[in-house]
Amino acid sequence: MLLIDCPHCGPRDENEFHYGGQAGIAYPETPATATDAEWAEYVFLRDNPKGWFDERWFHVHGCRTWFTLRRHTVTHEFWKAP
Amino acid sequence: MTHPDFLWRNPDPRPTYDVVIVGGGGHGLATAYYLAKNHGITNVAVLEKGWLAGGNMARNTTIIRSNYLWDESAAIYEHSLKLWEGLGEELDYDLQFSQRGVLNLAHNLGDVREGRRRVNANRLNGVDAEWLDADEVKKFCPVINVSERARYPVMGATLQRRGGIAKHDHVAWALARKADAYGIDLIQGCEVTGFEITGNRAVAVHTSRGRIAAGKIALASAGHTSVLAAEAGIRLPLQSHPLQALVSELLEPVLDCVVMSNAVHVYVSQAHKGELVMGAGIDSYNSYGQRGAFHVIEAQMAAALELFPIFSQVRVLRTWAGIVDVSPDASPIIGRTPVDGLFVNAGWGTGGFKATPGSGWVYAHTIAHGEPHALAEPFALERFTTGALIDEHGAAAVAVAH
Amino acid sequence: MTRLDRGGLVDRSVVLSFSFDGRRMEGHPGDTLASALLANGVRVVGHSVELGRPRGVFSAGPEEPNALVRVGADPMLAATTVELYEGLAAWSLRGKGRVDPHATDDRRRDKGYLHCDVLVVGGGPAGLAAALSAGVAGARVILVDDQPRLGGDLLNSRVRLDGARALDWVALVSARLASMPDVRVLTRTTAIGYYDHNYVVAVERRPRGERLWHLRAAQVVLATGAQERSLAFPGNDRPGVMLASAARAYVNRYGVRPGRRAVVFACTDSGYEAARDLRAAGVEIAAIVDPRPRAGAEELAGQVVTGAATGTGAEIVTGTVTGTGAEIVTGTVTGTVADADGLLTEVLVGDRRFEADLLAVAGGWNPVVHLFSQSQGRTVFDEEAQAFVPGVSAQAERSAGACRGRYGTAEAIQDGYAAGCQAAQPTGKRQGGGFRVPETDELPLRPPAALWVVDPLSTDAFADLHRDVTVADLARAAGTGMRSVEHVKRYTTAGTGADQGKTSGAVVAGVMSALLGAAPGQVGTTTFRPPYTPVSFATLAGRDRGALSDPVRTTAPHASHVARGAVFEDVGQWKRPRYFPLDGETMEQAVLRECREARTGVAAMDASTLGKIDVRGADAGEFLDRIYTNMYSTLRVGSCRYGVMCTADGMVFDDGTTTRLADDHYLMTTTTGNAAAVLDWLEEWRQTEWPGLEVSFTSVTDHWAMVAVAGPRAREIIGLIAPGAEELAFMTYAATSVLGVDGRVFRISFSGELAYEVNVPWWYGRALWETVLDLGAVPYGTETMHVLRAEKGFAIVGQETDGTVTPQDLGMSWLVSKRKPDFVGKRSHARPDTARDGRKRLVGLLADDPAAFVREGAQIVGPTGPMLGHVTSSYLSAALGRSFSLAMVRGVAVGDRLSAVSGEAAVPVTVVEPVFYDPGNTRRDGDPDARAVAGRVEGCRRESPAAAFAGRFEAAGSERVRLREVPFVRMWEVHGVDPGVGLRLGPDWWLVTEDTEERPGRVDASGGAEERPGWVDVSGQRTVLELTGPGALDVLITGCPIDLHPAVFPGHAQTLLGKAAVLLERFSDPEGGYRIYVRSSFATYLAEWLLDALEG
Repeated sequence: MLLIDCPHCGPRDENEFHYGGQAGIAYPETPATATDAEWAEYVFLRDNPKGWFDERWFHVHGCRTWFTLRRHTVTHEFWKAP
Repeated sequence: MTHPDFLWRNPDPRPTYDVVIVGGGGHGLATAYYLAKNHGITNVAVLEKGWLAGGNMARNTTIIRSNYLWDESAAIYEHSLKLWEGLGEELDYDLQFSQRGVLNLAHNLGDVREGRRRVNANRLNGVDAEWLDADEVKKFCPVINVSERARYPVMGATLQRRGGIAKHDHVAWALARKADAYGIDLIQGCEVTGFEITGNRAVAVHTSRGRIAAGKIALASAGHTSVLAAEAGIRLPLQSHPLQALVSELLEPVLDCVVMSNAVHVYVSQAHKGELVMGAGIDSYNSYGQRGAFHVIEAQMAAALELFPIFSQVRVLRTWAGIVDVSPDASPIIGRTPVDGLFVNAGWGTGGFKATPGSGWVYAHTIAHGEPHALAEPFALERFTTGALIDEHGAAAVAVAH
Repeated sequence: MTRLDRGGLVDRSVVLSFSFDGRRMEGHPGDTLASALLANGVRVVGHSVELGRPRGVFSAGPEEPNALVRVGADPMLAATTVELYEGLAAWSLRGKGRVDPHATDDRRRDKGYLHCDVLVVGGGPAGLAAALSAGVAGARVILVDDQPRLGGDLLNSRVRLDGARALDWVALVSARLASMPDVRVLTRTTAIGYYDHNYVVAVERRPRGERLWHLRAAQVVLATGAQERSLAFPGNDRPGVMLASAARAYVNRYGVRPGRRAVVFACTDSGYEAARDLRAAGVEIAAIVDPRPRAGAEELAGQVVTGAATGTGAEIVTGTVTGTGAEIVTGTVTGTVADADGLLTEVLVGDRRFEADLLAVAGGWNPVVHLFSQSQGRTVFDEEAQAFVPGVSAQAERSAGACRGRYGTAEAIQDGYAAGCQAAQPTGKRQGGGFRVPETDELPLRPPAALWVVDPLSTDAFADLHRDVTVADLARAAGTGMRSVEHVKRYTTAGTGADQGKTSGAVVAGVMSALLGAAPGQVGTTTFRPPYTPVSFATLAGRDRGALSDPVRTTAPHASHVARGAVFEDVGQWKRPRYFPLDGETMEQAVLRECREARTGVAAMDASTLGKIDVRGADAGEFLDRIYTNMYSTLRVGSCRYGVMCTADGMVFDDGTTTRLADDHYLMTTTTGNAAAVLDWLEEWRQTEWPGLEVSFTSVTDHWAMVAVAGPRAREIIGLIAPGAEELAFMTYAATSVLGVDGRVFRISFSGELAYEVNVPWWYGRALWETVLDLGAVPYGTETMHVLRAEKGFAIVGQETDGTVTPQDLGMSWLVSKRKPDFVGKRSHARPDTARDGRKRLVGLLADDPAAFVREGAQIVGPTGPMLGHVTSSYLSAALGRSFSLAMVRGVAVGDRLSAVSGEAAVPVTVVEPVFYDPGNTRRDGDPDARAVAGRVEGCRRESPAAAFAGRFEAAGSERVRLREVPFVRMWEVHGVDPGVGLRLGPDWWLVTEDTEERPGRVDASGGAEERPGWVDVSGQRTVLELTGPGALDVLITGCPIDLHPAVFPGHAQTLLGKAAVLLERFSDPEGGYRIYVRSSFATYLAEWLLDALEG
């Protein structure tokens, strides 16, 4: 049970959240002009690194805020700014 | 049972092979075996960063079935099941393959609809399948609670009698022994750290035990495929998640079939030695940590006891997790990659073990001919661009809305 | 009987009778089942799983591999971990548990959630010292220990601290801990798992059932001690062969003599301590066998004598070691001899034979590093200690005492003090330190012998006693080419037994190192996996059983449905009436009748479960244009429009009608099953993709109860309950008085008939439903609703669709805007496979034989060739007087003749347009003659969501805790601008309540707040349950995961309670209390959950 630091509610248990996968995936400016490959990349391709990963969380059972955290996918520790 | 006295050599890697398989799990070993047996290719190395079959092969719940909804899935999993039916004899090893029947339970009208649909599709695809109502479920598996007062009552189930379980370690060792006997080098403690690519062709792998040149390189490293592909400059539509499982203490025989419930995430059977083996749902977040969250286990046990109150005082002895790489449509990715000479076999999600021989069979063919095996063709990467997905979870896991 | 006359911690004044294999026996409080069995002279407790060899008690703790028994409903327990109680009935096993289908088990399981600064695991010398120093430093401390009383190994030993009994020191420390308000001591509590972010799970054994604790700690101190190990010598499994530390525990703690004449195999000096204590208890020591160089042995042996003397105050024995009979033999035990029953009779040391019925083996110590390893810390092999010890910590954790090789009592205490101080540092209010470490009478320990196996080929030298794995089996594994201990474990099953490898892990590593010629450190151990000790399924499930296993969501009229004998179906967590059978009616009869009434008269359905989302803001229309496939910015105010939304890959995600209430105000309806998913979906796009759009969403699903009134005569009823609304044009709405309360009427039809969806706040939902039925509407359920919509060819998301279907596939191209530049999923519709012809499309099917029924899920095949699709919906139609079906089929045209295959049956069918009834929509306006009767029905009783529980709440109350509903609290949700009152729920989200009664210290200062523009009335969305009294907190911690400590809890928070999302608000009543705001549809679940918690 991860302890996730919600920017509004503070540290809460993982099961109060929904996982949102990789952060920073921008919706294409003009989907109509995107090639099939470009569109497929937006819809389906996400990074899957072994190590630090910027990912989204949604505090579904709390303040209902979407936010981004950096987490290590092996140790599961969250990044703390030095 | 008694194991053979000898299983495999522990050779040092040679500088060059015709085919290098990255990953010494079930699929990698099966691929090596069929490369030799079906295609006469024996100058092969299987590189395993840890110990043979120490990844998901050692961590799954050993369920074998082929009752998938879509034609493409049914075809490849049924091919695999047919191979299972002769595999023990072929490999001269007791795989403890037991076709005791697999129940997939339905808990609401939507499940019933989906179950009947799948049964009918299976039968027309030559896959044995039956629909059981609640009473027939009770007859087939007397320890299941089919009370209508249950929170999510059992309303019926699909049954594949040819489905069952096998002993995962035996399968891996049997394949490894035969591959080794064909002269294939099984090299453990050898981690692939990079690929040598010249003119868009993969020509060698760099490993913790040095450079190894290869005519063809085949990825078979479930869970870690993304990491390796990235080394070759390839992005794959895969996400790695923990998948947890557990075993109980040894029990005298109490459950003689496999029971699955997607709705409440219970997957249970009793192994030959007597322990109950149970699988849970996958953890939500990306991870390579080979461990999951405890609340997933708690929820799974609560759900399990709704189905099996009789197991109330059975005790969990060990929990663990594997890393599954999941594709957007929950179907595997098999075939060529944008890099010549580099092949991929990944994305089996939670379904990898049952596919072991079938996957090895079609992957070996794809590697040997440089062209996808007919059964593998629909599972090529291109489907995510064209939209021709093979959406097993979409079909299996939608609640009736209105 | 081998019970000693005195000594130990058992209460001889009380006799507990129990039975073993039906034989009646007696023991005392303080006994374990194992000690009681030994006291009753039971040597053989069970037989081994593979070889059926007799086995006896081997240990005195959770590592027991032999003495496994069935106790009542428990299929298999280690007798060494079972506290004796009156009437206990135990049965021997042959290595496998037995599930008793008839066993009754009324024990109550529960859970608990606690937070602390410092968690100390283990109440031995190190753990006690750590807890004390952390507590003195002002930290919030939790100390867990698996034994009934604190002391750890001091309970088993005769060591003296400052010249007094060690337990005096334990009592002193325990008393100080008990005096600290922020220190909680949990005995009989075993920490079983150490997870990410310092999350430790522990099982507390209570007489009435176990409690599973979830402990979140800023810092963890592991003081888990060490377990003695055996080694692999021939015949090491005989009943009578026992760990030396266990033999010591039985005489010292339990006052039981485990044998008459003993040989002690002392690979480590603790063997001498055992010999001393055994001898003091009157056990004759035949020999002490020590494989190590003799230096120092005599001195220790002398200690055996004098120590024994001082220990017991018995007569002083003088003379040489040999003179005492305790001969020291330098060498190793090479075998054992047993009698006909398999009981130990002789111990072989090379060519020497010693008659003995007890062989106490001190093979060395294994620090208990399981939890450390679970925390992802890596263990390292300590050559001097010949054991795996903790390496670098992976979390905010430190080990202290024997679990990191500090075996001496004094050094363990010192280590504990230091660990406690360091752990308290980050949070401590005061400076710790300055603790005096007591003097002990222990001698310094010599290094243990590096000895793991005596005869590497022996076929009866066991490495794993429970799984019957011998060193010969291990040798065979190495011979196959296996080099990894993980392979060997799987090949031999060593380490997978009931003791989870506790007694075998180190031995296997040692034997393998000998076989492979590598150091044990190189061979390594297998991974330590949770749980540390076995945990029952029931304990993991806790109270989430039966009715509480998942929340049951109910609507305002639910009680009426039950009273009317409705048959329900589960839709998500909701209970929805499927049909309303009259006496003796089958479902088919009931549904045909309900359909007929809806098509010819008037019928009503409880549609309250439909998701309802209030959408507001200047950009609301623009936002909806981007989400739906069709246009909403152009929708006229007061009008309704049906819409479909897709996922990014273009597949149908949800559908429903959305109404424009004002320029910047819409009400969206969603399917029942997707209500929450859609709201999350809207939030995701607003927050992460289009933060620039001014729009906000408020769920009003529970606020509005909804009754659909359908049928040609619907106008009559609407005219009476909402005069004027009956004249609404199709697909328009009116905010109007319904039964005299503010309501909404939408003229929407999902049946093709004249129909209205009437909305009133939850409180009035039941009254509305009953009034509508009183006025003549016939109740119908979801099954009839499905038939009626299917007759019109309306698809249902999740039935016609399965995540692979586009709006175009459903024949809804007309609903997919060509004018809009984009909407979610649009681009995916242009992908080659998605845009191609020949995809499956929604079609109608009619069986050639009108009476033939095609099953849903039937597969469609042509005269030849593959499957073309499947039947998604299939019903008998009263209106059509025949069966009909909807199907998703590819490559067919109207008129095609196909076959629907289900099981053995293949029904010939013909493809038709998927509209079976009134294709011209001529019935939409109902029966023109059925005008509204003059007059109006007024007044309607209101009912709060938990009203039915008032009596049970009252009855469950006590002076410790009281529970009640605070009904009819008016509430508004506010987005955007801070209203200056109310509870803040999110960055720009507030809940304002009209404070019906002042409570001292309530955070919400909105007394008498009046609704303002932009506030969304959600008075019916939630109800308030109030928990007061000193025991309120104890109730909440059984299901609320957040830290409720007054010093930490902010006053209010949205979180989980049980399985329900709640808003929790604390108010400082004289004795303290909480308000729990819960969704009205979850009120029944939460009320039941709280009532159940109050019993705990």
